[in-house]
Amino acid sequence: MKRCVQAAFIYGALGTGAAATVLPLLWMVSASLMPAGEANLLPPRFWPSTVTFAHYGVLFSRLNVGRYVFNSAMLAVAVTLISLLLNSMAGYAFAKLRFRGRDGTFRLLLGALVIPGQVGMLPLFLLLKQMGLVNTYWGVIIPGMASVFGIFLVRQYALSIPDSLLDAARVDGAGELRIYWSLALPACRPILVTLGLFTFMGTWNDFLWPLVVLTGRDLYTLPVALANLVGEHVQDTELMMAGAVLTVLPVVVVFMALQRYYIQGILSGSIKG
Amino acid sequence: MTRQRAAYGFVAPALAAIAVFFLLPVAASVLLSLTDFDIYAVADRRNLRVVGAANYVQLLRDPLFWVALRNTGYFVLVGGPLSVAASLAVALFIDAKLVRAKGVFRTIFFLPVATTLVAVAVVWRYVYHPRVGLLNYGLSLLGLAAVDWLGDPRWAMPAIMLMAVWKNFGFNMVIFIAGLQSIPERLYEAARIDGAGGWQQLRHITVPGLAPTFLFVAVMTLIGYCQLFAEPYVMTQGGPAHSTLSVVLLMYEHGFRWWNLGYAAAVAFVLFAIILGLTLLTLRLRAAGAGGEDSR
Repeated sequence: MKRCVQAAFIYGALGTGAAATVLPLLWMVSASLMPAGEANLLPPRFWPSTVTFAHYGVLFSRLNVGRYVFNSAMLAVAVTLISLLLNSMAGYAFAKLRFRGRDGTFRLLLGALVIPGQVGMLPLFLLLKQMGLVNTYWGVIIPGMASVFGIFLVRQYALSIPDSLLDAARVDGAGELRIYWSLALPACRPILVTLGLFTFMGTWNDFLWPLVVLTGRDLYTLPVALANLVGEHVQDTELMMAGAVLTVLPVVVVFMALQRYYIQGILSGSIKG
Repeated sequence: MTRQRAAYGFVAPALAAIAVFFLLPVAASVLLSLTDFDIYAVADRRNLRVVGAANYVQLLRDPLFWVALRNTGYFVLVGGPLSVAASLAVALFIDAKLVRAKGVFRTIFFLPVATTLVAVAVVWRYVYHPRVGLLNYGLSLLGLAAVDWLGDPRWAMPAIMLMAVWKNFGFNMVIFIAGLQSIPERLYEAARIDGAGGWQQLRHITVPGLAPTFLFVAVMTLIGYCQLFAEPYVMTQGGPAHSTLSVVLLMYEHGFRWWNLGYAAAVAFVLFAIILGLTLLTLRLRAAGAGGEDSR
């Protein structure tokens, strides 16, 4: 009997919490499908009286959102691929190859983890301006090319690759590049999926840096464009909700498909870090 | 020897990128904060003068800086613990033995973490709408008076805290669940045999077992919450009456709106100093806590 009461209480609490957690997201989706003005009625409507995709149409036809979707996707994919390559090469070398200054450099890198990204942002802007890269895709890609956290994540994972495996390949005459590409990379696959997922979602969701470095409308990412649109269209609730859905949907879908890797990544970052 | 050369080849691209586009700007930021780099210097570097600590002196005299500092402190010291408490509470519920479908609950609670901050901040702007927003409607069902969440200087920051807690409690929850599952089951069995009740088990096994996880989560949350920016940028633009102006927002406005880059760099450095101080403080606490555990 006591168990029943306990279970009812726990499920009640979890159910209420879960409902409160998804409610803003469900309302976002629902409001984006309502006819104009319906999301501002009182009492609030939770379901559209008739489902309309008109607001999505307006976003693409009049507000150039297709361009922003492309920018966001392009940048997230580019940063993910480039940083996976650079971080995995460095992480593998720090874990498995001996070279002078290795441990000192690695300790230095770890120390740099405490520096928040905003500290160097102003000189970075001036540097990129000098290089003519402000308001180009490169302005977003270049600062994301490599990260201390990424190197750290790959290194911790690559430590578990047995040396004997690598040495056997060397005896067979494989070059170092070949060993990295056909032995180390496949062995690190799970952590690379995790790191790729982190990078993709992080780049897609990033706001402050793209806001600073992408000054022209044509290069805006979805979050920057959305923050901008909400200033002009704050009355058009349904339209803004459609914009929010478009911004959130790709990352949520990618997350749902690969969440096992994401959770694993949080845990390996937190326990060893 | 070739292996050594290959190793340098492997680390060079990443290290060069980090050195040039992260460490160099951080170092340059120190120098920048000692100059009067402004819109005229952006146009022509000859207008640049070294002013020493003048930016920092000016900062200490700037009432807006103190407002931003106080707001950020409020957000960090109230919002941060609320977020950690929510994560811990949900993790304890999900970890309870009676609960089935743990994975489903975990995914639901984690969902806001996966979303885009700017997009959900836009959504919450409407949730907080004083007349037609969902939150005030919910309050009215409970018989409570409507609140002008984002328009009232007293409520704007709490509203941002609530949204921030909703957005990120799932992250720490996942870490707490893993921490809870790493506590050996035999400890609980032994406690039950000794006649310990649920509450006693929580106090004497769960709490000490979770202490290292708790510290990690606390440090990460403090650091993250110090960097408050997108929520006030999207939801309130720092208002009303500067009640949600954060340190990073102040840095952004000085640096990239008014092009007072020297002054903005000083703001960035004060933020860095605060984050570093808080991190070291919590790590000291961990060292002290670990010492206490050893002596037991």
